Amino acid sequence: MTLSEYLDKLSALEAQAPAQIAGADSIDALATVKNALLGRQAGALTALMNALGELPKDDRRAAGAGANKLKVALEESLELRRAQLAAQAANSGPTLDLSMPARDRWQGTVHPVSMVIDEVVEIFRELGFTIALGPEAEQSWYNFGALNFPADHPAMDMHDTLYLGQDQVLRTHTSPVQVRTLQQYAPPIRILAPGNVYRRDFFDPSHAPMFAQVEGLVVDEGVSFADLKATLSHFARRYFGANIKTRFRPSFFPFTEPSAEMDVQCGVCGGAGCGVCKHSGWVEILGSGMVHPAVLENAGLDSEKYTGWAFGMGPARTAISRHGIPDIRILYDSDVRFLDQFGK
Amino acid sequence: MNLSHAWLSRFVPHGKTPEQVRDLLTAHVATVEGLEALRADLAPIVVAQVVASEKVPDTKLSFNKVDDGSGELLEVICGANNVVVGNKYPFARSGTTIPTGLKIEKRKIRGFTSNGMLCSADELKLGSDHDGIYTLDTDAAPGTPFLDVMPLGDVQIQLDVLPNRPDLLSHLGVARELSAITGVKLAAPKELADLPALGESLSQGEREASGGGISVRVEDSTDCPRYMAAVITGVTVCPSPDWLRDAVESVGGRSINNVVDATNYMLHGFGQPMHAFDKAKLGGAGIVVRRAKPGETLVTLDGSTRKLDPEMLVIADAERATALAGVMGGKDSEVTDATTDIVLEVATFSAKQVRVTRRKAGLSTDASYRFERGVDDAMVPQALALGAALLAQVSGGHVEALVDVGRAPAPRTPVTLSVARVARVLGDAVPREECARLLGALGFEVIVKGETLMATPPSWRHDVSRDVDLIEEIARLRGFDRLPDELTGHRPGSVPDHPLWTAYRRIRDALVAAGLHEVRPLPFTSGAGQGDITSLVRVQNPLAEDEPYLRSSILDTLARRAEYNLNRMQGHVRLFEVGSVFGAQPGKAPRESMHAALLVMGQRRPSHFTEAAPPAFDAWDAKALAETLAAAAYPGATVTFEAGSEAVLWRMLVGAQFVGEVRRVSLDAPVWASAAFGVELMLGEVSSASVAAAGQHAHGAVPPVTGVAALVQGTRVPQRFVPLPTQPAAEFDLALLVPDAVPAGDVEGLLKRTGGELLERVMLFDEFRGKGVPEGTRSLAWRLTFRHPERTLREKELEGRRSQLLKALETLGVRPRA
Repeated sequence: MTLSEYLDKLSALEAQAPAQIAGADSIDALATVKNALLGRQAGALTALMNALGELPKDDRRAAGAGANKLKVALEESLELRRAQLAAQAANSGPTLDLSMPARDRWQGTVHPVSMVIDEVVEIFRELGFTIALGPEAEQSWYNFGALNFPADHPAMDMHDTLYLGQDQVLRTHTSPVQVRTLQQYAPPIRILAPGNVYRRDFFDPSHAPMFAQVEGLVVDEGVSFADLKATLSHFARRYFGANIKTRFRPSFFPFTEPSAEMDVQCGVCGGAGCGVCKHSGWVEILGSGMVHPAVLENAGLDSEKYTGWAFGMGPARTAISRHGIPDIRILYDSDVRFLDQFGK
Repeated sequence: MNLSHAWLSRFVPHGKTPEQVRDLLTAHVATVEGLEALRADLAPIVVAQVVASEKVPDTKLSFNKVDDGSGELLEVICGANNVVVGNKYPFARSGTTIPTGLKIEKRKIRGFTSNGMLCSADELKLGSDHDGIYTLDTDAAPGTPFLDVMPLGDVQIQLDVLPNRPDLLSHLGVARELSAITGVKLAAPKELADLPALGESLSQGEREASGGGISVRVEDSTDCPRYMAAVITGVTVCPSPDWLRDAVESVGGRSINNVVDATNYMLHGFGQPMHAFDKAKLGGAGIVVRRAKPGETLVTLDGSTRKLDPEMLVIADAERATALAGVMGGKDSEVTDATTDIVLEVATFSAKQVRVTRRKAGLSTDASYRFERGVDDAMVPQALALGAALLAQVSGGHVEALVDVGRAPAPRTPVTLSVARVARVLGDAVPREECARLLGALGFEVIVKGETLMATPPSWRHDVSRDVDLIEEIARLRGFDRLPDELTGHRPGSVPDHPLWTAYRRIRDALVAAGLHEVRPLPFTSGAGQGDITSLVRVQNPLAEDEPYLRSSILDTLARRAEYNLNRMQGHVRLFEVGSVFGAQPGKAPRESMHAALLVMGQRRPSHFTEAAPPAFDAWDAKALAETLAAAAYPGATVTFEAGSEAVLWRMLVGAQFVGEVRRVSLDAPVWASAAFGVELMLGEVSSASVAAAGQHAHGAVPPVTGVAALVQGTRVPQRFVPLPTQPAAEFDLALLVPDAVPAGDVEGLLKRTGGELLERVMLFDEFRGKGVPEGTRSLAWRLTFRHPERTLREKELEGRRSQLLKALETLGVRPRA
């Protein structure tokens, strides 16, 4: 055998091997191909390598290098194909039951009341509101007096308000943040004040001694009741849907005048009347009104120059109604089986 | 406040249905919370026709065949003697309940089966007529609901009257509003149309007066600005006439007798509480309005004996208290069937005084409810005249004399309103004439001067003192729905987001991502396990005596919540909260701070078939969560962990400042529960100090930001880009025997310090005690990674570093593990 004959045989093997390797459609078939190429007994390349001795001595080195190179290439191709076939087998073979469950991680959750607060905050953020906070252990002047409560108002009674001292209460609403903000910052004011408030109410399915409120306040020159109505109606449409109907009813709060309560059409019955809306067709969402001039004056503002409006809403009520929670207590219990329901 | 639709219609013939009245009142006045058909109990009754009737021998009974529209004739036994074939009667089918509460069942009487009942007026509660069954004069077919043929459709309107509008606590008050809304004029109710005019003598005095055999004296005109009384003689106490009984019952009251019902009619009709005393039982025929004496007692109408004290106001005779002023009458002077002469009281008591008396006595009545909120004080004479005349008429008595002690209220001061201000506040121009007309319709006396209105409130409105009060009247009567609903431009606000809010949002995002549940529990605590009890803030009037304190630690609250879960067999608990904690400061207001805290216990991850029992949370998880929490809370700050003692695993510090801790949390836990770990971190004070004095502001003043608050407001320095390596790394492991007294952190620190600048990473990967490791030491193993930026490191270089490091470690008493 001459060198050129030898190299021709190598080339022929190099040309046919890829098709053989690619043609092997299982690990077993590939093993057969491998044996046919590189097998100790029957391998075509092995045979060629064994035949090196038949070549002239000077040609053996060149021929050997070519054979070795081919051997490495074939081994690589075979391994590549083997990996392919193995991966195919792993993905489709009977060893992996794909109906079995994923390896899960613990799901963290945002409290359902916080979710409502977030959504409210997000909508008012679009309208340029920022977030203000105030203390829960509050001076009674900020909680009552500054908000135009008369000195003997029943809300200040020990039956309704939790007292920490002579002039210190657990705030009964987030409205004290109005006065703090007005004293701290010059108008224009556009704030939301989310936070916890306290009442001397014992737990029942719809009452709790502490609950969250979201307060809103706008104060500037030329702010009107029409702005209040337009802004809060806009909020309702963004929150409850573009077609939601709202209505404003006369109401009373010592710190607003005029005062109005905003209802939206009942989402359950569409206004026809049902148990959820107490057959009125409407669901109360928030209390609101024009900031009473006395409140502006108590914060050192000129009540002729500035006007403003404010609102307050209870996110827990929205939360229990939209999640169908029958008893408000579960919002406080921190039962992990309840909290888990708000994941994913 | 319960209103009768029919009664309202007599005050103002508005011609509106109950639903229309509801919608008008809700839109313009106060919210109607419900409408209730008053005779819903008659709903099951139907019209039925008797088609055959025969006497049952030897009895008063008749055996009838009745057509109730069901298509089948029913056999019905009837005890009345006025059954006429062909006539129609109200019929209760068997299985239904009639208004008296009796359930009609199928019954066997004298061998006949009776399938239902023909009803009398009495049985339907339509009067006290016992003369047999109620004959209907109707063309309606049998089976028609009885309510469809009888005009019994009065509807109770339940109005939510807010504290500023006590004038709405009567039919007259609501009728005034309906009149203003609809333009229909007020009318005198027909039941009062032919009352006799009173021509009796009136004795008047500022402090006392007498007439008709009684004397009245008021000790303090602040407690009782006006006290009027009528003496009515020759009355007969008996059941009320039907119209009066209906009126009382239509608002949910109970008919007592003609005298009491007449006073209740005045209360619900005109909003003026009244009380009738039996004149014969007033000792000394005198009435004194005075404070109760120490130790005095009174048996009130409800039969309970009440201890009185000098803060309470009473009506007394010459000897003893006979009524709690403005709250409830006394049992001793109660009107009974034997009463012949009456003293009718119509007075004004101070709201504050009635509240005190009511609270001390611990009872609230229709009268005290109205006095506390405010009664029309100008109406007293008129109400007395009307009430006395009505009482005389329904009881057959005679008004003998009228007594009036006190003074008429001062005239009201007008409120000035500029028309321009109306437009500014409402955002909608309301013409001067319309403003005047709307206020006039509500009883205001309006004088127009140019673009200014002078409006004097009517005597029944005590909630109007400023221009905005008038603007509210205009806005609501005109209708809120008429205001424009269009967003207009606004200037941006001047208030930055509160840093604690942004911190809360960062922390929440981080901890929810770490798989924890946000909670919002109550902050009350028993104080147990919270250290010095005097450092806790106590609620003066706590909801529960066993939890009278406010927490000083959120972790305490989370621990109680974890126990709650353990009690429900829930052992995998991962909770966090961002909220307030409180601390008492002697002589000062409580100190409030915001904290963030978390608690974990149980499995580190959910079970999976590849790992049926994942490991439980341990101290290292808590440390990692503490790092996560601190990174979210204090952007850019470097938090160090200092070993704590006992339950405290680590104290967390920024520089020298203590900011929080990682703890083992001890719980009242069942044996199966795993260990609990907690982290609590300080976020900053939420001060209740005054921003500025009342009536002042502090605009422009910037309060200093120090301590933890400054950390919360910190910013992260942007990460500098580090070029990606181009050369291979070289690593070796160091397995070391470390004496127990030497913290791993010290060893690691030394490795980093002496490793040279090519040392890229030091990773602790093993801790081992036991076989082959001498007592008093442990084996710790680190993997060290070196990299040269420009070339491959040689084996020799690494060897050099290894021996260098081992040498340095000798100073700590650390040597390589053989």
